[in-house]
Amino acid sequence: MQTTARTLRYQPLDLARWVIWGSTALLMAALPVFFTQGFAITLMSQMGVAIIFTLSYNMLLGQSGMLSFGHAVYSGLGAYFAVHTLNLASKGQLWMPVPLLPLVGGLAGAVFGVLFGYVTTKRAGTTFAMITLGIGELVFSCSLMFPDFFGGEGGVTTNRVFGKPFLGITFGPAVQVYYLIAFWCLVSMALMYAWSHTPLGRMANAVRDNPERAEFVGYDTQKVRWYTLIISSFFAGIAGALGVINFEIVTAENVSAVRSGGVLLAAFIGGVGFFFGPIIGACVFVYFVVALSDHTKAWLLYLGMFFMLMVMFAPGGIASLIMMQVQLIARKRFGRIWRQYLAAGASGLLVLAAVILTVEMTYKVSVDSSGGTLMKLFGVEFDAAAAGPWAVAIGLWIVGGWLFNAARKRVAHTYGEIQAEFLQGRP
Amino acid sequence: MTSALHLEAVRKSFGNTEIIRGVDLEIPKGERHAIIGPNGAGKSTLFNLISGRFPMTSGSIRLNGEETGGLKPFEINRKGLSRSFQITNIFHNLSVFENVRCAVLWSLGYKYSFWHRLDGLRDARLRAEEVIESIGLAHLGKRPAGLLTYAEQRALEIGITIAGGAEVILLDEPTAGMSRSETANVVELIRRVTAGRTLVMVEHDMGVVFGLADRISVLVYGEVIATGTPEAIRANPAVQEAYLGGLHKDAGPESAEDAHA
Ligand SMILES: Nc1ncnc2c1ncn2[C@@H]1O[C@H](COP(=O)(O)OP(=O)(O)OP(=O)(O)O)[C@@H](O)[C@H]1O
Ligand SMILES: [Mg+2]
Repeated sequence: MQTTARTLRYQPLDLARWVIWGSTALLMAALPVFFTQGFAITLMSQMGVAIIFTLSYNMLLGQSGMLSFGHAVYSGLGAYFAVHTLNLASKGQLWMPVPLLPLVGGLAGAVFGVLFGYVTTKRAGTTFAMITLGIGELVFSCSLMFPDFFGGEGGVTTNRVFGKPFLGITFGPAVQVYYLIAFWCLVSMALMYAWSHTPLGRMANAVRDNPERAEFVGYDTQKVRWYTLIISSFFAGIAGALGVINFEIVTAENVSAVRSGGVLLAAFIGGVGFFFGPIIGACVFVYFVVALSDHTKAWLLYLGMFFMLMVMFAPGGIASLIMMQVQLIARKRFGRIWRQYLAAGASGLLVLAAVILTVEMTYKVSVDSSGGTLMKLFGVEFDAAAAGPWAVAIGLWIVGGWLFNAARKRVAHTYGEIQAEFLQGRP
Repeated sequence: MTSALHLEAVRKSFGNTEIIRGVDLEIPKGERHAIIGPNGAGKSTLFNLISGRFPMTSGSIRLNGEETGGLKPFEINRKGLSRSFQITNIFHNLSVFENVRCAVLWSLGYKYSFWHRLDGLRDARLRAEEVIESIGLAHLGKRPAGLLTYAEQRALEIGITIAGGAEVILLDEPTAGMSRSETANVVELIRRVTAGRTLVMVEHDMGVVFGLADRISVLVYGEVIATGTPEAIRANPAVQEAYLGGLHKDAGPESAEDAHA
């Protein structure tokens, strides 16, 4: 038949998919070869865990339109079950090899997904968000009420190295933990991607777009949300258990609203509209939290500002910014705009310098002045209480701000021009 | 033989106002039935009751002999009834193809599966493509539904409604807001895609109604004042007085003149 002959155009490009996943796997395998310092390995391990957690969160937010304020409940409880399992295993009371521990966390997460999800997914939208907030608080207060399980103030500690090494692998060295995390990260990414191409995954998109219509094509939207949340909690639990292996400790912070808020931030920064958005978001977020907090006490302020800027000027997150450029490149317009990007980037650096200088001097003067107000920034030593550096900061603000604003306008203008051409259907 | 739809003494109140005031209606299988009536008569409300969007206040609705009162929309849909909406109701961020594929998944038995690969489901793909072809949107399969023109979205709305293979189809003003040529296309489309099924249609365009319907019911202030063949309805004095006379404001000059002739 004519109709069937033409159907092939909806076939996915399997080759491109293999290339992308293959190079991702290669990259993850090769990273420790290039970044050998202990610090880099820990950073990458944390990124791997965060990627799983953020992707699982985006199954709810981006794919199904469920804004959750309590996702740490599932990763955190998964982590607690994993840490107790690990402790039993190291005492020899239970058989559980470390590489399979993420399954324990995942199952625990999923079980709580079944329980709590049944309540939260009864409603969508704001009501859903409020109930998740409530459940988050509930679980957090439980963590203070039951110190036997939650470990009270100090949390529950563990030791990931026990028993005889298997093929020389003890999971003592950080790089072995990295590879374990990388393996689970790759598997989880692939599975979550696959989920988004199943009937349930697609119907989750449909329910996000228009829950009412979904009901009239035979779907119980509550079940779609519930089943999605269970699967999402499973992956959150895997992330939780990997965190246990990485840090060898779980505290109440793991189930707290801070954690839940963090994953929301990470997903938004990366962009919830594309599958790979949360992957980027997780890496950026971990970089802010881990690397930046080593350099400056004001890291949380920078994170907050960055988040605000993203939400205001790039609500689609980093992923949508990337996709915009991909479109320009694919349709041969990038050559017209890259110089203006360069100008905006250069003047943006001036503004960034102004921000950093102002923030750091303010911190030095107001919070950190017990040891004097001398400080070092960008390799220059100066007195934060003197007028000179402040004058430099103001100068940077004015010049940088003016240049950046002009450059930004030109970028916007050219981009608008190009989009108008696309709308007129020019190639 | 049991009728496709059987409404008995159906009533619906919003607060203190009774909008549907005791409707009896029997529609045999395979019939194309039009419901006409002035704005605010309760036509869409009646559809909302039949499709389970609102619960009725009292009465009984049977679909193929089975009581559906109190069932949820998805339960009624699974029993073989599908509807379109007066205000276009589609999945705006999904492509045309995905819109239609979502509408066929349940009927093909895939339910909440997260173990099937969507692109591997040949039957779902073929069915979706067949539907897109029949509503004339084959060339727009990959376009996000939100970017379609109004007429294309209305066609998609019909496509989503019929895709699952329901035996009873409710269409709420499928030609509203369309130009003459677009209307003619949609009438042709409706005739084609509802062949062999039961069709209940709310419609203001009298040309469409008299051209398509086997029988017509006239709903005025929540009551069916007449049911019959197009000829009988045209000749019915009560209809002319209660409805066709009040048609000036919403059905265009031609039909109003028809009514006075
Ligand atoms: N959810 C609701 N709550 C309260 N009143 C409602 C609701 N839905 C409909 N109504 C009222 O019921 C009456 C009938 O509305 P309905 O939409 O069924 O009319 P209709 O016959 O479809 O009209 P139209 O030709 O304009 O589409 C109107 O007066 C409307 O205001
Ligand atoms: Mg109506």
